[in-house]
Amino acid sequence: MQGGEIIRGLMRDVSIIGIGQTPVGEHWSRSLRHLAYDALSLAMRDAGTDRVDALYLGNMLSGEISGQAHLGALVADFAGMRGIEAVKVEAACASGAAAFRQGLMGVAGGYQDVVAVVGVEKMTDDVGSKVTAGLASAADADYETVHGVTFVALNALIMRRYMYEYGLSKEDFANFSVNAHANGANNPNAMFQRAISQDTFMKAGVVADPITLFDASPMADGAAAVILCPTELAREFSDNAVRILGSAAATDSLAVHDRKNPLWLQAAETSAQKAYKQAHIGPQDIDFFELHDAFTIMAALSLEACGFAEPGQGTRLAVDGEIALDGRLPIATMGGLKARGHPVGATGMYQIVEAALQLRGQAGKNQLAGPRIGMTQNIGGSGATIVTHILTNNLNQ
Amino acid sequence: MTVEIARHWRLNAQRYSLVGEECPTCHDKIFPPRDVCPHCAEAAGPDFHFSGKGEVFSHTAIYNAPEGFETQAPYTVALVKLKEGPLITAQLTDVQNDDVQIGMPVEMVTRKLAEQGDEGLILYGYKFRPQLAAA
Ligand SMILES: [Zn+2]
Repeated sequence: MQGGEIIRGLMRDVSIIGIGQTPVGEHWSRSLRHLAYDALSLAMRDAGTDRVDALYLGNMLSGEISGQAHLGALVADFAGMRGIEAVKVEAACASGAAAFRQGLMGVAGGYQDVVAVVGVEKMTDDVGSKVTAGLASAADADYETVHGVTFVALNALIMRRYMYEYGLSKEDFANFSVNAHANGANNPNAMFQRAISQDTFMKAGVVADPITLFDASPMADGAAAVILCPTELAREFSDNAVRILGSAAATDSLAVHDRKNPLWLQAAETSAQKAYKQAHIGPQDIDFFELHDAFTIMAALSLEACGFAEPGQGTRLAVDGEIALDGRLPIATMGGLKARGHPVGATGMYQIVEAALQLRGQAGKNQLAGPRIGMTQNIGGSGATIVTHILTNNLNQ
Repeated sequence: MTVEIARHWRLNAQRYSLVGEECPTCHDKIFPPRDVCPHCAEAAGPDFHFSGKGEVFSHTAIYNAPEGFETQAPYTVALVKLKEGPLITAQLTDVQNDDVQIGMPVEMVTRKLAEQGDEGLILYGYKFRPQLAAA
């Protein structure tokens, strides 16, 4: 029996009634609070509401980079909502989706009716080595970080072993990056809006061998937001609401070395299986998947753990073109972390906003043909926190 | 400063001599030590001294070092599979990055890990080097 099954029947169904996002990139003139407000105000305007009962902020590095803790109260006040309940949720790179889940639970549980969730990150306010150290703080401080291990390095360690065990070459990963950049080219909010060739991928400089520049997603500033309310009230606000069919989070060991199998994202499997069960569907029912391609290796591992590919076969979906917009399982449809950019604590909210755009038929040149069910998956650290959501544009059922 | 030192001092047994645990229930060898066995969820057991011998499970080189490690870059980090079972994260030393291979036998040595903060606190602990008598 999974936790939450018994009382889930008593909870309220929840939908997204407004979305907003800022462009991802280097916002020299906008601080943390400005970025959060930009996305929040866009989402509130989209929902047609001028009040919310609570604000949940997904953010990782405000303390480390901006010297700012206590982000909930700061943004609530700055946004002219002094007095409401507001709190920051931190789960490394999974902070965005973790905050979304808190908002969902607030509405589902009846504690709040209209809730705002904002993912925000400001990464360009400090020097590279400090940001690198901040990101590495998502790993085990006493047994990983103390050895000078970076976040990229942890992914490189996983990727090299994966290539070794399954006999893969760098070329097998190329299409994850090529696909993301092709899709980012049509996303006006993406950090990189230029397609790349397989050749460009293969010739890119080394970051941490075997990870090269086009395996890795770029650090950036950005904010994305949604407004949530009970599905039964959604039509009062919106004629294109997006309903949450499944929501689950799971954890794994913080350190890569503490996993029985470092090549398997157990928390991705656990959270995806829980979300499938809540939605009464399986992986074959997912029309598109906004996955956490912080590195190409993470895309492969995520596809495997969620049941879209057998262990060691994740890159086949890329090589065979199944991840393209016209493929069997489109991924990173607006550029993914790779091309849209990876403002860490905001990323999970960008994924959800982008999935909502697809389900609302507002994805522009990247619009899929009539998608009904989309999945998002936000990965914290090297896989220690993984949050999976399943969304639909079908409000009845 | 005092807090910073305490944080590292209490890890001296692990950092200097790879002291872990053996689970009294499932007999798995555990490193780093924990209060609860990660495999059977029973209270973890008595100290276990690892031999420090193992092999490279995976490795990479770091060029863009985090704060506190800039002067060491580039350096090689690895997941080392200890002879007794656990994986451990550590730097490799006394070897060129290009010469490192998966499966290479390595052994623990004690070296300087990092210099931290304005006080110049120097941390020592385990790194791994190619086994001298590998054959
Ligand atoms: Zn045990």
